[in-house]
Amino acid sequence: MGRTLTFKIFRYNPTKDNDQPHIEAYRLEEIPRLNVFSALNMIREQQAPDLMYDFVCRAGICGSCAMMINGRPTLACRTLTSDLPDTIELFPLPFFKLLGDLSVDTGVWFREMGERLESWIHTQKQFDPEAQEERMDNATANKIYESERCIECGCCIAGCATAQVYPDFLGAAGLNRIGRFLFDPRDERGDQEWFELVSTDEGVFGCLGMMACDDVCPKDLPLLEVFAYIRRKVSGMALAK
Amino acid sequence: MRVITSDVLVIGAGLAGERTAIACAKEGLDVMILSLVPPRRSHSSAAQGGMQAALANSVMGEGDNPTVHWLDTVKGSDWGCDQEVARIFADNAPIAMREMAHFGVPWNRVKGGEQQVFIKGKKATITEDSVNEGLITARAFGGTAKWRTCYTADGTGHTVLYTMDNMVLQMGIPVHDRMEAIRLIHRDGRCIGAIVRSLRDGEILAYVAKATVIATGGYGRIYGESTNAIINEGTGSWLALQTGIVPLGNMEAVQVHPTGIVPTDILVTEGCRGDGGLLLDVDEYRFMPDYEPEKMELASRDVVSRRMKEHMLKGKGVKSDYGEHLWLDLRHLGEQHLKTKLREVYDICMYFIGVNPITELVPVRPTQHYSMGGIRVNKDGHAYNLEGLFALGEVACWDMHGFNRLGGNSLAETVVAGMVIGKEVAKYALQTDLSIELGLAEEAAQMERRKMDSLLNGDGTENVYEVRDEIGRILTKYVHIFRTGEGLQTAVDELKKQIERAKNVKVRTTAPGMNPELSTALRIEGMAKQAYTIAKGALDRTESRGAHYREDYPARDDSNWLNRTLVRWPDPDGEPVYEYEPVGLLDLPPGDRGYGGGQMIDMTKTVDEYNEQVDPGQTAKGRLSPSEATGARLPKEAWRAELEGKE
Repeated sequence: MGRTLTFKIFRYNPTKDNDQPHIEAYRLEEIPRLNVFSALNMIREQQAPDLMYDFVCRAGICGSCAMMINGRPTLACRTLTSDLPDTIELFPLPFFKLLGDLSVDTGVWFREMGERLESWIHTQKQFDPEAQEERMDNATANKIYESERCIECGCCIAGCATAQVYPDFLGAAGLNRIGRFLFDPRDERGDQEWFELVSTDEGVFGCLGMMACDDVCPKDLPLLEVFAYIRRKVSGMALAK
Repeated sequence: MRVITSDVLVIGAGLAGERTAIACAKEGLDVMILSLVPPRRSHSSAAQGGMQAALANSVMGEGDNPTVHWLDTVKGSDWGCDQEVARIFADNAPIAMREMAHFGVPWNRVKGGEQQVFIKGKKATITEDSVNEGLITARAFGGTAKWRTCYTADGTGHTVLYTMDNMVLQMGIPVHDRMEAIRLIHRDGRCIGAIVRSLRDGEILAYVAKATVIATGGYGRIYGESTNAIINEGTGSWLALQTGIVPLGNMEAVQVHPTGIVPTDILVTEGCRGDGGLLLDVDEYRFMPDYEPEKMELASRDVVSRRMKEHMLKGKGVKSDYGEHLWLDLRHLGEQHLKTKLREVYDICMYFIGVNPITELVPVRPTQHYSMGGIRVNKDGHAYNLEGLFALGEVACWDMHGFNRLGGNSLAETVVAGMVIGKEVAKYALQTDLSIELGLAEEAAQMERRKMDSLLNGDGTENVYEVRDEIGRILTKYVHIFRTGEGLQTAVDELKKQIERAKNVKVRTTAPGMNPELSTALRIEGMAKQAYTIAKGALDRTESRGAHYREDYPARDDSNWLNRTLVRWPDPDGEPVYEYEPVGLLDLPPGDRGYGGGQMIDMTKTVDEYNEQVDPGQTAKGRLSPSEATGARLPKEAWRAELEGKE
């Protein structure tokens, strides 16, 4: 016999006059291999047509559907209800601007973070369409890729104590982004530029080292390693000064 | 109504859209990008396996060049493509890959020395030349003569999109995300922008521009069962069809990918088979070599999917609660490989179906994946019959894929087309004046407001999700791998009813803001009508070509059907209008693909006779003059050296 699940979902539509944040409960018969993506679709299509949430790839690749599931930030699409108790509480990610119900504006935050960090290869070289590509060691490519795998879902920020009290903190996603370009030999930014970017309370020194980000990262990014690298690098730069 | 102006309006922030925006911004133009979702969530990010480009750095790519790539592409298309466009693509693909490396993509690189690999299912050792150490490497994909697919593990779309979006950031190009274009603003054959609905708060706005570019991806979700992201509901191709004057090309050419996982239909990349994965049946027997002795698991997708279905029809499928499937065997690739080069695949199997591919077989079946057809454009990407409108990427029918596209060619197309067509868009915008016709914009917005009012407050009775599900069920049942006249007629009749139902939808909530049900309801007419154009196009095309396989007409018929289907919908309450045009100049004459084993009916015209009718034939169907003469980019008979060299 399947279980009857109770979804307690945070509801609030900021565009609706006089709407107040509240919790609504929806019941659903569990079917085999039900995940939170399918469950939310069933709830919207059968019970709550105005329920707002975000999915795109529904395959754990695009990072759209992060939310708090029973208190933990994670991707809804790949969360199976069979791994959860009968009562499932769904809240939007904290920290990010709420657009409505479970939908938050991660896109704008990540764009601003990217602009702040100048998240692109800084190079004086011009592209020459006739020339062979510049060489790179495959191990270096793999190392960059490890950090490039971040899907900007926001789980690390939602799980970060510093970010909750200090909204300018770059968070794991931001620090990991710095690591991605630090590892990349194509980026010509010098120590001074990196130092200014990283050695602040918004940067690597804001981190209290509780590493909830590492626990909740759905892509298992090597955050510990990246932070350690950045710290070492920054310390080296400080000593060199 | 707020009106936002720019030189160029790009609808869609996936790879094709962003690359176009960059090309235009480089020319100093003021560019605006709209996107349904934050740009990095676009479906481009989900592409896993890679991008084809004849760089020939790996030893397994030795002897490769754009001509060989072009040959593979033309054969893959079953001669349905525009050979000149395929040429433009193949010639520019290596440049595009190198440019992406310059922008920052961490392509996997050649490692000199001996490497353990799988070739045609067997363990092999290859020796990479240390001279090429550090250059962009490649893996095998289906329907290719060489290892040509450049990759970053199995997250290629992700890294290329992130890199592209970094360029958008660097250039300061604005992206308005959570915005949906719902109607083009146009008059007298000129497009001046789009009416847009905000998915944040429901606001209706007009975006007015000199050039409007549609780059919204495919319509896979119309099928219901699809590997596509849930946002791929054909919103962009509907913008064009809705005009009544812009035709969609080859809508019946729909790709079914061999390896969607069961259940959930999530894709696992063709790179699985490229890297040595095998297809097994209920007896765990490797059946593909029996059907395709030459290419085996790595024939083109249309052929592999057809063979899989054929084998299942022989009773060799694996029965499950979720219907029949076959197995993908990756176990022999080993843990190291699966946790690095195929890590996304590993994660998908583990998280979504609880299967560990290191030790277990992965349940797969052919699943709708890609639309070769779409907004018909000339080689500059300029839409037929509507000046100022451009389209590229999956939403367009440019048409380098014909009736079947090769794996790794579409992700590469987005970037190459963005580079090539982006320049043409810029050229057009630079020589055009901004025409802000507020009355015209207001009129278009008014039509959408009336539609919304009727959906929200009218006396409709239909539930939008039920109509959507029914459309998907019909297409999946009748317009899939194997098609028959009888089945397609049923589909056409049934879909006609769905169009009527779609007009009679009632939205159950009047909640302000994004109103998700209203969003779907606004798309449903477009979904129903596009489904109809797919089914009707397939019914009328009485031959088999590429992914369009008719059991009652199994031969490819080059005497009657070496053409491209064009469909317009001039009267919203009437029937669509079907026309046909020549596929484009023929350089490689129609012949055997070398796999698939189909029958052929030869063309009755000579190649010269065929080619003479191309320009007038296409112009008569509304093709705008391209900036260069037809054929200017097609080096005649360059392929001879390749083929004759081989023999």
